[in-house]
Amino acid sequence: MHIFSTIFEALPYILEGTLVTVLLVVGALFLGFCLGVPMAVTQVYGPKPASRLVGFYVWFFRGVPVLLLLFLFYYGLFGLIGLEVGTIGASCIVLGMTSAAYQSQIFRGAIQSLPAGQLKAGRALGMTDGQSILHVILPQALRLSIPGWSNEYSILLKDSAMCFALGTPEIMARTHFVASRTYEHLPLYITAGLIYFAITMAGVTLLRRLERKARIPGYNNAGM
Amino acid sequence: MNAHQNDTPILRAEHFSKTLGGRKILDDCSIRMRPGDVKVLIGPSGAGKSTFLQCINCLIEPDEGEIWLGDRKIDFRNTRELCGLRERVGMIFQDFNLFDHLCAEDNVALALRKVRGMSKAEALERARMELARVGLAERAKLYPAQLSGGQKQRVAIARALAMDPTVLLLDEPTSALDPELVGEVLTVIRDLAARGMPMIMVTHQMEFARAVATEILFMEHGRVIEQGSPAELLAEGAQTRTQDFCIRLCDLCGGDASTLDGEGGTASLTPNAECPEA
Repeated sequence: MHIFSTIFEALPYILEGTLVTVLLVVGALFLGFCLGVPMAVTQVYGPKPASRLVGFYVWFFRGVPVLLLLFLFYYGLFGLIGLEVGTIGASCIVLGMTSAAYQSQIFRGAIQSLPAGQLKAGRALGMTDGQSILHVILPQALRLSIPGWSNEYSILLKDSAMCFALGTPEIMARTHFVASRTYEHLPLYITAGLIYFAITMAGVTLLRRLERKARIPGYNNAGM
Repeated sequence: MNAHQNDTPILRAEHFSKTLGGRKILDDCSIRMRPGDVKVLIGPSGAGKSTFLQCINCLIEPDEGEIWLGDRKIDFRNTRELCGLRERVGMIFQDFNLFDHLCAEDNVALALRKVRGMSKAEALERARMELARVGLAERAKLYPAQLSGGQKQRVAIARALAMDPTVLLLDEPTSALDPELVGEVLTVIRDLAARGMPMIMVTHQMEFARAVATEILFMEHGRVIEQGSPAELLAEGAQTRTQDFCIRLCDLCGGDASTLDGEGGTASLTPNAECPEA
């Protein structure tokens, strides 16, 4: 059973990579969220130039492959501005900035799906637009965003495999490293695939649970 | 009905004009509120009633016009003054616009906390008091989706009253309600009128308007074309546009036009004795 012993030997090494992958994804989702929410708000409520700027950002990051962005930023831009963040840091930033583009559109859709009367009611009570957005619009929009966001999570997780090209020591890079030395390609890549599968399912299940927990009483599954 | 006579208007909206898409929606409309005034805006669809009402708290910014709160002119391009104005002028919407993610008491408490700076406990205490006043003490923990239309509108009224408004604006408060729920909301509004809360109301509930209004303003094509007490405008043989409109409204809905003749409101507030919404 040479195959199994190879997998067992490689497993701790690959699982360490799993930690890196999880770190990348959590970091990138967090960065994407922190950028995506203000971007969505700006695009819907902001002045025209700011909204255009966000539109340009989204157009750029959605229009270019992640792999190209990774090379562009890691070998090109970061070197140019002298940013030393290492492969993990660079992967996290690039994935996060890409995710921000997608997340902002998830949030924008949710904000625009709310009835206009919600903001009006906040304003009519004397709240500033900022207060109304923070306390009325976002709590509702974020709830509506969870299903789309869980999609973004699963896509980002698998996009993170691309960071292997920078030498980021995540699941894919480590599996490839072991496979190219032991020539046990099939079992090793299946193992890596199963790990991705498990993390995807775990995250999606968690988000499903969050969605149920955050549901507003009185609303049915159809949302309204 | 108590029409206190007092010479200083508490709120004045002067010479409002608004053009949207090349069409003049409001053309030099003015309204003055004194303590205890209940003014009702009526008129055909598209007359500009709702626009006029929403200009008064600047939810729609008028192209021209001045708003005075007491003897202070409001610069509504200044955010602080604008928010101050809206805090003093409560608004009730046709479709309630409760915050869907908050239960009834949190709906009422939100602005108390964020605008008034009350503590959470203080705000909730006030919220429960206001909900009790509109008969919803038992429903404080329910969410908008768990309430009937009439209950939602009463929560909305409690939410507006919690801010101690100087004037209350009501934009067709019963138009989105099932007929059997109209009565409970009208009862609350009538109680407010009896307590002397100044109100400006757009409504098609003519019998109700006649009973509570101190003045009726009839609007058409963005202008106030008739203005006077219900007794003046709706008196038998008054030959006013207002009366003509009301009779047509009731004819269309199969109501009894004769209830619009004669002096004084019988104020029969059972919903089925009134003209339904047009």
